[in-house]
Order: sequence, then structure tokens, then C-alpha cells
Amino acid sequence: MALDVQQLRQEFPQLARREGGQEFAYLDSAATSQKPRAVIQAVSRIYEAANANVHRGLYGLAEEATAAFEQARDRVASYTGAYNRRGVVFTRNCTEAINLVAHAWGRARLGPGDELLLTAQEHHSNLVPWQLCARATGARLRFIPLDDAGSPRLETLADLLSERTRLVALSGMSNVLGRRNALSQAVAAARAAGARVLVDGAQLVMHGPVDLAGLGADFFAFSGHKVMGPTGVGALVARPELLEEMEPFLAGGEMVLDVTLEGATYNEVPYKFEAGTPPVAEAVGLGEALAFVETLDQEAVARHEAALVARGLELLGQTEGVTLYGPGVEPGRAPTFAFNLFGADGQLIHPHDVGQLLANEGIAIRAGHHCAKPLMRHFGVPAMCRASAYIYNTELELERLAGALGRVRRFFCGG
Amino acid sequence: MEDLYQEIILDHYRSPRNRGACPRCGREVHHDNPMCGDEITLGVRMEADRIVDLAFDGQGCSISLASASMMTELVKGKARDEALEDIEQVRRMMHGEEPERDLGDAEALEGVSKFPVRVKCALLPWMALRDALSPNDMENDRDDDEEGGS
Repeated sequence: MALDVQQLRQEFPQLARREGGQEFAYLDSAATSQKPRAVIQAVSRIYEAANANVHRGLYGLAEEATAAFEQARDRVASYTGAYNRRGVVFTRNCTEAINLVAHAWGRARLGPGDELLLTAQEHHSNLVPWQLCARATGARLRFIPLDDAGSPRLETLADLLSERTRLVALSGMSNVLGRRNALSQAVAAARAAGARVLVDGAQLVMHGPVDLAGLGADFFAFSGHKVMGPTGVGALVARPELLEEMEPFLAGGEMVLDVTLEGATYNEVPYKFEAGTPPVAEAVGLGEALAFVETLDQEAVARHEAALVARGLELLGQTEGVTLYGPGVEPGRAPTFAFNLFGADGQLIHPHDVGQLLANEGIAIRAGHHCAKPLMRHFGVPAMCRASAYIYNTELELERLAGALGRVRRFFCGG
Repeated sequence: MEDLYQEIILDHYRSPRNRGACPRCGREVHHDNPMCGDEITLGVRMEADRIVDLAFDGQGCSISLASASMMTELVKGKARDEALEDIEQVRRMMHGEEPERDLGDAEALEGVSKFPVRVKCALLPWMALRDALSPNDMENDRDDDEEGGS
């Protein structure tokens, strides 16, 4: 069965928006996805019918809220292929989940002589926490180099890994270039060398369920808002026994069992890492989002995304003045297109100018460094345009993008 | 959109004035906007507290490059205090105020104030100039480039 995209679009109220008298083409889902009605209603339902603090009240309403919140944890566990629901910690977002590991695991365990292995492709949120961690502990950061297409050369892992390597932290999918990294190869090599593995799943999680336990990684971090869920909630999915060994990250209520004026004993995992009132409605909305994705025919989704990849690369490749960055057609690649537009004189038309004129035609893309400045430097450009399509986008929208880029070029360069 | 990309702005963008090296410019400042990758290097030559020459180079969006071009035209030949007042007027214009003096082509930047994300682009060269005109080291630039230090 083919994915009925027009019917799917009906579920997303934002996609009916019009801008500048034209249909709104939302091509910025790698920044944040739009939300289906089911998610919006699930969040509303909590505030209308099931709002109470969780894990505390003795009355029926509180039990309902707690049950909804814990059901959301089960849905995260199922969607990500968690080792156990005890390994699912709700956080504010993917960034907080990575910081949790950098603090509670990294700072307590690392010291001079230890090495952290990242890629030069990482989003700042999977780079800066490790820079701080390295500075605090004396550990050293090393980087898997990138190939010409900007993807990590995972075949160099064998040379980079040593008994000093304590952690390999890498993204499952580039937020700029859309390539799906060969995680199983990386995880196997890292684990064989005795290193832990953290996967930044912010982009990966958008494109279908994940099998963390099958993969064998130790930590998996993601944000709910990328996968049709609300903002303000994400999760760290980890081996429960690792979480048990780790010191708490944030401290306060909920994460403790007993408190005296002098000290405290900590709650069991995952609650040890959920200090304070959690984002209850947002977590429930995330659970609903994951259920929504799971009800789709995954093969049909993959075929639709592959068609968007092929058509997008074809259209942009034919557009005069466009330079594409990143991989061509390949399995599992997301329909995320990084490119720049150049004038006839070879002068870069700044992505902000491109994005502004596209916005005027009702087309939303992202322009800038995409929180990946080392990757921009790798390509020798200050910024890029990024059009990121998702399952609700159509080939027609990509055609509108390509047509508009021709007009942008004429606008700035004349002719 | 026409508010932002006025024809005069596009003209300065396509054919920038005073872009390139500034021979015998005694003071040189570099400003950038790391958020979007705009950067400018501005060279200014002062004599008797007056801007006798200036030029810019760098990379950026049409707004920042056109703004730099317009700025160099406006302030060349002006006394330091006059140029500083121009900068202040442009800064206020970016916050929606009517300019109180003739700002030449730079008045076309008024529409940028409606696009808050782009205000920083427009102001980048003006902030660089304000730095270059700062009171430190304000004696006149000497003609000491015979050694070929360019």
C-alpha cells in the first residue's frame, strides 16, 4: 500500500496554513515536526480531564494522571526498543538527556588519560556537553573524521579506539545532511573495545521505531518535538543497570526516598533521574505521537521518504546555481537537503536571503549553521540552506521549492 | 518583502561601493555575527579627526553587505562626531524610530526594522565603525606604510 499523504495531511492542522496567499510548504521538520490532532488532543485531555501531580496524590484523579504518564513511558520503551521500561528517563529534551549522561556518568567516571570519541559532524548538543565534561575531568576528546560528503568515516574507528576510549558518542542521523549512520558497525566496534556508546537519536527517531537493545548501545537520547510530540519533553533511554550505578543529575523531590537534614537516599531508577514535577501532559502527548507513528505502515512510510529523497535530489541537482551537500540517494537517507545557492559570478547568495525570499512564497526552510558549526567549516561555508521534508510532505512541495530557487537567483543576480 | 529588499539595497549589494582593501588605513576592525556567519573587516583612515577614507571587506547577506556599502558612502569625509551621530540615528531607525537627519541611501534600510532577525545584519557594519571610531588611539593615522605592510 502506498501512503495516502493527502489523507495524512488532514491530521495536521498547521499544514492547512496559508502564507502570502499560497499554500504553506513546511520544509523545516528537522527543526521541529508538526503535530497531529491526536497529540494536540491528548495534551488537552490531560488538562481538561486528568490533571494532577503524578506519583503523589491518593485520589482518583492523581491515579489517572500517574497511569497516563506511566503509559507514556511504556510507549517510549516500546518505540525505542528499550532494554526495560526502568531504563526510560523523561527529560526536557534531547540536549538535557545528553547532559544527564555527561554529568552523571561522565564526570563521575572519567579522568586524565581517558578518551571520548565523537564525530566532527555532531550537533552542538552532542559536542559542547562533552567539551565541558572533558575540561572538568581531564579526559580528552577525539574525533572520527568526515569524508567529502560530510559523513563520519566509521571505518577509521578501529584505529581510533583503544583501551583509553571510555565512550563513543555519535548521532544516528545527521541533522544537516540526512545520512543514516551505520550504527550497528560503530556500536559493535566500540563495545568490542570496552567503550560505552551514546546515540544522539534526535533525527533518527523521526523516521520510525528504533531497536536500542538489538543495537546494543548504552544510551539513546531524543526529543519529543521532532517526532510529532510536544516541546518540553524528551527521553534518555539507557541500560537500567548503568542508571543504577550513576549518581543523580538534578536533585529535588521525586528522586529521593528518604531525606534528613544531612542527606538523602535515592529513589529507584528511572525516578532517581526525574527530580521535580515532570512534564506530564507533554510526556502523554509524546506517547500519543509515538503511537501515531507506529500505526502507520512503516514500509509505506519508508517508500514515501525514499521517493522524496530521490525527487528532491533530482530537482535541486537540476536547479541552476545550487550546490548540494551530503550524500546522494542511499538506503535510509532522510529527505533532508542541505544546499547553497550561488550566483552566476560564483558569489554565495547568503542562506538568510534565500530563506527570506522563500518565506515570501510560503515555503519554510531553515537557513544558518544548524547548530553544527564544525560541519559548516568542513564544507568551508558560513551557513547553509536546509529543506527538510517529512512524511506529510509531497513531491509537489519540493517542485515549488526548486522553482522558487530559480526566482531567488534572478532576484539577487539579475537576468 | 519590498520593504526589505528595496531596489537601492539590491543595487548596493550587486555593486558595492568602497569594497576591498583600504590603503594607508590606520585602524582596522573586524566584526562578525557568529549566528549567521556575517563578517566584516573595516578599514578607516583618520586625519584631523575626520574620516578621509574607509573601505570594507567580508562576507554576508545582502542586507549586511548593502548596509556596509551605504555606510561608507555616507560617512566618508565626515568628522568623527558626525559619523557617530549617523551611527546612532541608524541604530534608532532599526528600532522603528524616524531618522532625524539625512542618512543618504542608508534610509532604505528603514524597512529592515520590520524583520527583527535581520536587524543585526544591517547593524553589523555600523557597530564595526563605532568601534573603529572609539576614543582609544584617536590621534591621526600616520603615513607609515612605506615598509609595505598591507
